[in-house]
Amino acid sequence: MSARKDIFARLKTTLDRVHNPTVRYSGADQRIQDGSPALIPERGRSGGPAKTALFASEAERADADVRRLAHMADVPGVVKRILTEAKITALKAAPDKTLQAMDWADIGVAFGRGEGSDHIGLSVAYGGVAETGTLVMASGPRSPTTLNFLPDVHMVVIREEDITANYEEVWDRLRVEAESDAPRLPRTVNWITGPSRTADIEQTLLLGAHGPRKLIILLIDAQTS
Amino acid sequence: MSQDPKCHDFQLGAKKALDDERLQTLLGRTLENGFQKKRLQGMSRLPEYEQLRDQARDLKDHVLDHLDMYLARFEAEVTKAGGQVHWARDAAEARDIILDICIKAEAKTVSKGKSMIAEEIGLNDHLIANAITPIETDLGEYIIQLRDEPPSHIIAPAFHISKEQVAETFKDSHTHLDPDRDLSEPTTLLNEARGELREKFLRADVGITGANILVAETGTAMIVTNEGNGDLTQDLPPVHIALTSIEKVVPTLEDATLILRLLARTATGQEQSVYNTFFTGAKRPTDIDGPDEYHVVLLDNGRSELLGSEFRDILRCIRCGACINHCPVYGVTSGHAYGWVYPGPMGSVLTPHFVGIEEAHLLPGASTFCGRCEEVCPVRIPLPQLLRNWRVRAFEKGLSGGAQRLGLGVWAALARRPWLYRLTMNFAIAALGMLARGKGSFKRLLGAGGWTKTRDLPAPQGGTFQSRYAKGER
Repeated sequence: MSARKDIFARLKTTLDRVHNPTVRYSGADQRIQDGSPALIPERGRSGGPAKTALFASEAERADADVRRLAHMADVPGVVKRILTEAKITALKAAPDKTLQAMDWADIGVAFGRGEGSDHIGLSVAYGGVAETGTLVMASGPRSPTTLNFLPDVHMVVIREEDITANYEEVWDRLRVEAESDAPRLPRTVNWITGPSRTADIEQTLLLGAHGPRKLIILLIDAQTS
Repeated sequence: MSQDPKCHDFQLGAKKALDDERLQTLLGRTLENGFQKKRLQGMSRLPEYEQLRDQARDLKDHVLDHLDMYLARFEAEVTKAGGQVHWARDAAEARDIILDICIKAEAKTVSKGKSMIAEEIGLNDHLIANAITPIETDLGEYIIQLRDEPPSHIIAPAFHISKEQVAETFKDSHTHLDPDRDLSEPTTLLNEARGELREKFLRADVGITGANILVAETGTAMIVTNEGNGDLTQDLPPVHIALTSIEKVVPTLEDATLILRLLARTATGQEQSVYNTFFTGAKRPTDIDGPDEYHVVLLDNGRSELLGSEFRDILRCIRCGACINHCPVYGVTSGHAYGWVYPGPMGSVLTPHFVGIEEAHLLPGASTFCGRCEEVCPVRIPLPQLLRNWRVRAFEKGLSGGAQRLGLGVWAALARRPWLYRLTMNFAIAALGMLARGKGSFKRLLGAGGWTKTRDLPAPQGGTFQSRYAKGER
């Protein structure tokens, strides 16, 4: 008997002994359809400007550097200042359409996936979760996962409109309908809460283990037209 | 990690740990002044914490009742997303499946994210024996790999090693660097490890990670890290293998979210670990990074048997480490004394199942039943009860020592005859009271050397509880 058959047979025998199989079988399908009955904590139910403020303060709590910008067009200027401070001239950016359309003037920008030699990376977040100041990154042709981890400094653009109160709202946006033949999520989804860290040496908290030493969030104010 | 269990040497290991002052200092710093305080701080920021614990317990119980259904759905979704699911009945099957994938990929080096299941199946030794080099990438795991030691804690594998020892290890291992370099600061140590591992990440042929949670509805697996090591491991090499066990599945993404609201908070007091990385299948045709090939290895290794036993509740475990962090026994013995992969209360429940109660019967005995493990468990596993169940099995098999059996036998004989019980107790108390007259306590007493070696034994005062109760004392 194959390992698969064997394992399933053992599980079924054990479980059917205690539960009526018919009830059990419909129970699982029904549960996936109905969704989780779990509670969303109060902190995950913010709204309006308080939601943005919560996102920023929670991200800062996790040691992220949050900068609020009035317009998307302000990004190259801020990036330029960060590069100058770090004495670095090369920028690796995600091949995101908005980023590609920006006026980078004299900044040496390359668009593509992350490489081991990248010092500063720039990405665009799919979403942000106010509850814990968490960025949500979704892999795709214009959003390489490698860029989230390889650069020493990771800058992430997030639009205020893309910040949700809780994780559940992000899943609702990301998840492809079950009936579709396509995979239901992008290959990689990263929740990022602050810069990389470790406490493996005598419990001393150190930033910058394998991922970025610094996480800079460029939060673009909601655009009222 | 060697797979040979040394659980029968628990007492020896515990003694060694108790005599090691350096280890006792690190234990205090890591547990009482570290994880315990951080957990309290984390809890205080989430008023709904207790309610979420109930919900997580119910969720895991629901999953266990429908385990086969959710696994089938998970497998179907992984396949739809371009991945392949492999089933392993035991450790040997899992090792062979992984070796096979590595050989097909012509792998020379394998980067590894932290995985307790890899420890459970003794994966590293198997790869090395087949000329494949595994590279641990979690900083703690990297340090103990260089030192050829097993982990001493499931989430802080190298906490028992001082920074001076890490410096020594790095000087011995990184021989291409200046031998006189200054490695006195933890930051310098970290930077050196980061530099060494970066190259290895980029060159690895296969990446192996564990998985903290599997999601049935989408075929997603996920890992939790603070360093970003597992995340690079799952993304950079052309082949990614997620090695995990069958009880980790949950129905939906929202159910995974429930667990994630509890996991880091209970383990380290963080709101979330820095990286929660969810992967679904292989790289998509238009993606510019990610693995071309993706495999999930699902291990049973006796879990289907646990499901039908009186130990079923341990399958709710989410491996946060809280029971370990709060155990007064682990707090002085540390992890190596337990003699196998999983230490502390959860380990003392799991290990006898994996290595046999004959080998591991001392572990369920190494508990005061103080109940702190159950008190802090985020999914409310009744750990003391499960340990008690193992003690019953050990007793039935005649594994407990002669003195213990004799003691229990005498007590049982008395307890079944109340008149004899009262007579004996009255006599014993009167005798002890007389012997201790004027002193109030014993410095030494025949038959109680284990107690009086380190502290005085208070002498009984007045009559027995039953006689005082009968006289109307309340």
